Amino acid sequence: MSIVRALKCRECGQEYAIEPNHVCEFCFGPLEIVYDYDQLEGVFTRELVESRPHTMWRYKELLPLDGDPTVGVQNGFTPLIRARNLEKVLGVSELYIKNDSVCHPTLSFKDRVVSVALSKAVEFGFKTVACASTGNLAGSVAANAAAAGLESYVFIPHDLEQGKVLGAGIFGTSIVGIDGAYDDVNRLCSEVAGKYGWAFVNVNVRPFYAEGSKTYGYEIMEQLGWRAPKHVVVPMASGSLCTKIDKAIKEFIRLGLVEDQETAIYGAQATGCSPISQAVKQGSDLIKPVQADTIAKSLAIGNPADGYYASRVIRDSGGWAEDVSDEEVVDAIKLLAETEGIFTETAGGVTLGVTRKLIEQGRIPRDESIVVCITGNGLKTQEAVADAIARPRVIRPSIHDFDAMMAEERPAAAADA
Amino acid sequence: MSVTVRIPTPLRKLTGGADEVQVEAATIAEMIDQLEAAHAGLKARLCDENGEIRRFVNVYVNDEDVRFLDGSETKLKDGDEVSIVPAIAGGS
Repeated sequence: MSIVRALKCRECGQEYAIEPNHVCEFCFGPLEIVYDYDQLEGVFTRELVESRPHTMWRYKELLPLDGDPTVGVQNGFTPLIRARNLEKVLGVSELYIKNDSVCHPTLSFKDRVVSVALSKAVEFGFKTVACASTGNLAGSVAANAAAAGLESYVFIPHDLEQGKVLGAGIFGTSIVGIDGAYDDVNRLCSEVAGKYGWAFVNVNVRPFYAEGSKTYGYEIMEQLGWRAPKHVVVPMASGSLCTKIDKAIKEFIRLGLVEDQETAIYGAQATGCSPISQAVKQGSDLIKPVQADTIAKSLAIGNPADGYYASRVIRDSGGWAEDVSDEEVVDAIKLLAETEGIFTETAGGVTLGVTRKLIEQGRIPRDESIVVCITGNGLKTQEAVADAIARPRVIRPSIHDFDAMMAEERPAAAADA
Repeated sequence: MSVTVRIPTPLRKLTGGADEVQVEAATIAEMIDQLEAAHAGLKARLCDENGEIRRFVNVYVNDEDVRFLDGSETKLKDGDEVSIVPAIAGGS
């Protein structure tokens, strides 16, 4: 059963038929999927969701497909972890990590949006799929396309981390490195999408693609015991995830699945690419494009497509935005690893770094529930932390050498042995 | 002031296919009114009901976004080149 009603312009309200289309031809505003929620009244229940397999598709009625998914059927439903060690360090009483660094199959939340985009592309009859990517999306499109038997092209900035380039190339996709920044890649892709007739997940099928992010929000609420958190901290590149987590919460409230907790949404950026957080902090709706310069390459979008809407969601929900330096990003990556045993990529370092900052500033109260959105895996951005971690100390395979090392480094333990 | 206005592809239906239009105007607001006088329908595409330039329409004067100048009150001088560019929607 599909409850999708139309594509609707977020600016002027013009409605369009369900087609591969993302821009309003009248005012150039972005198109968004709108639903007829009344049809789900009394049908879409907690019990129905709980009776289904642990994948993102347990919420399929709220995703824009006509039929059942054909791509990424196993994706999603990642752990929500009560981070008790981190709570002690940060001095807060209830903190959770939503851990998409282990999302199937390519270890980032992009597997959610891509499975919706590619399933929809198949419904539309496309044979070739493509994307403009800062890295994670490239890997996810390549992997999910390979599994679905679709041809794929991924366009990336030429200077991405090796783990991200390799993590896409292994799937036999056609990788095109662009001599420029992500915003240049994006501009080229809108031209290519118009000319080649491919399904560009984040260009011509973007309204469908972006809806996949809502499942991250649905899962948080279900895993909290059908409860919306009081505070959510979200990494921002284009700003889309912020808006979709907000939409997910509003939909669950609308459907009576959770109570309204007046959840505040907080946006996190790296200082070297912080157009949205700067706008929020200056109380402005104007997102001033920047040239990105940060180790958090997956968030390095200087001209964010959803920046305006993200800033509105943040302000209207009573949240805030902050940004952190590259050094703080590395510290936060290490902090999460050492307290909770989770190795996140630079974007995760941004999110936790900003969380810490907002708690210290008193923007996020210490005694209410906080969810930190960890959306990618540290094994893909090893360059960022390589110089900040201890290297193995090499000794001969001799108990004497080991005793000597222990006596020097851990005399108390050595004395007990 | 005579300025040259570059028209993007989706709006050329309204300018009889012309990709450049010459207008006499001292500000961006005047320029938009002049465009409307010559090519009816253009203003509704560029401005919302309050007369503000639409969020996803970018207007550049000699490559500077007018949002970061004086918006629709941005002054024009002889020979200025104004580009109208729909925002590039998209991105991860």
